[in-house]
Amino acid sequence: MYSAADLKKGLKIEIEGIPYAITEFEFCKPGKGTALYRCKLKNLINGSTMDRTFRPVDKVDTPNLEEKEMFYSYHDGNNYIFSDAETYEEIQVSAEQLGDKVYFLIDNMTCNVLFFNGKPIDITLPTFITRVVAETEPGARGDTASTNVQKPAKLDNGYELMVPLFINQGDTIKVDTRTGLYAERVSKG
Amino acid sequence: MPNASAKAEHLSTASLRALGDALALRSKIASSLRRAFESAGFLETETPVGILAPAPEEYIEAPGAGSFFLRTSPELQMKRLLAAGMERIYQLGPCFRAGESGTKHRPEFTMLEYYMAGADYLELLDFTKSFLCGICSALYGSHRFHFGNGVIDIDKLEIIPVREAFRRFAGEDADRCAAEEAHFEYVLVDRVEPALPKDRPCVLLDYPIRFGAFARPKASDPTLAERWEIYMGGIELANAYGELIDPVIQRARFRQFAETRKKMHLAEYPEPAAFLEAIDAGIPPCAGAALGFDRLVMLFADRQDIAEVSFPLDS
Repeated sequence: MYSAADLKKGLKIEIEGIPYAITEFEFCKPGKGTALYRCKLKNLINGSTMDRTFRPVDKVDTPNLEEKEMFYSYHDGNNYIFSDAETYEEIQVSAEQLGDKVYFLIDNMTCNVLFFNGKPIDITLPTFITRVVAETEPGARGDTASTNVQKPAKLDNGYELMVPLFINQGDTIKVDTRTGLYAERVSKG
Repeated sequence: MPNASAKAEHLSTASLRALGDALALRSKIASSLRRAFESAGFLETETPVGILAPAPEEYIEAPGAGSFFLRTSPELQMKRLLAAGMERIYQLGPCFRAGESGTKHRPEFTMLEYYMAGADYLELLDFTKSFLCGICSALYGSHRFHFGNGVIDIDKLEIIPVREAFRRFAGEDADRCAAEEAHFEYVLVDRVEPALPKDRPCVLLDYPIRFGAFARPKASDPTLAERWEIYMGGIELANAYGELIDPVIQRARFRQFAETRKKMHLAEYPEPAAFLEAIDAGIPPCAGAALGFDRLVMLFADRQDIAEVSFPLDS
């Protein structure tokens, strides 16, 4: 249980059974009145945000959150299986829960899994992964170093993204797993 | 850098240099203010920062300093000057509020406090609007200035009675909210303040009497206090009262605040004897306002954090 005075940016709290992170925090004190805490909250399960103001007397639940290092094992046809690095205990995560992250999974990749009441709710992948470009049109203006102009490309696992003109089929590139965007070229194909 | 402390000093000098433009603007605003007050016949006053008896208020904490307290406002001392016959007075100086820290609060801040004898709180609002226009003209050549994502036009100042604001923006009854501990403030902060128009100064007028610590009851409706608060760009800028000058009501309110403070286990303040003597002798009918000078600078400097317009506090 937190009291309102404990609240600050970054703290994770629970309201009506849902875990939230405080993404913005403002100390408010309307003239001659009691202090209040105006917060922006991010739902840790579905990512939606909401505003909530807390009074000094308010108590806020502490969510039962646990972060564990796990590695990606395999896809069983329906779900993605991650294993505990020490106990090899397995968890299943659906493609829906992973979203675009399914394209960035690499066998044995180490990830941070966030559990709420024992259920996995979020998976943080390494910030960058490297993959090979399977398909892209040759750059119209040759091997220019400009990254401002981009063209579509498809990776070897089917993921589509925009890349600079100088990238060719067979090149190995780095992708930012947080945004899904091209980061840099690692080597030419 | 030869050593760590020299490096720290270098960093703090660099951070001050980054504040330079805001501090220069701050100085310009202070000069404009002083000119506006002087030409309206106000005297600049100085009263002590260290005092024995802070104004008893329910939710404002004075830091201790030896056997003294640091003032949370110069209100009681300036009212003694009014009782002594000064009619138009102002003060621009430091005030202290323990535990208040955020993007719009600092435990030490600069307050502009001003009183007009013989004027009511709406006349004081007219004067306030005129000096805000004066500063804006001096800085930007018109009564409009950029703040955040928009433009604030001081000429569009809008007065919204508190009861109407609660109804309109929150669908709530202000008086009912005021009857419940902390609920009035909650609705104000959660729903009313965020809904106030951002392109003009908004004045919330006439608060439930409970929220008028030093305000006199409105003659036409004593359940309301003669009080206004002016907001600009979502920032609460100044609070004003038709000042309470009735010693009997004032004593009763002090007693009530002292009781609340006791209930909340807050420090007991000594009775402000010299102020009570002054109110017994007679403070002339007057209106007074307190304006957060740092917030005024934030507005005209288009900054969202009080730390961006003030010399850094030691921590």
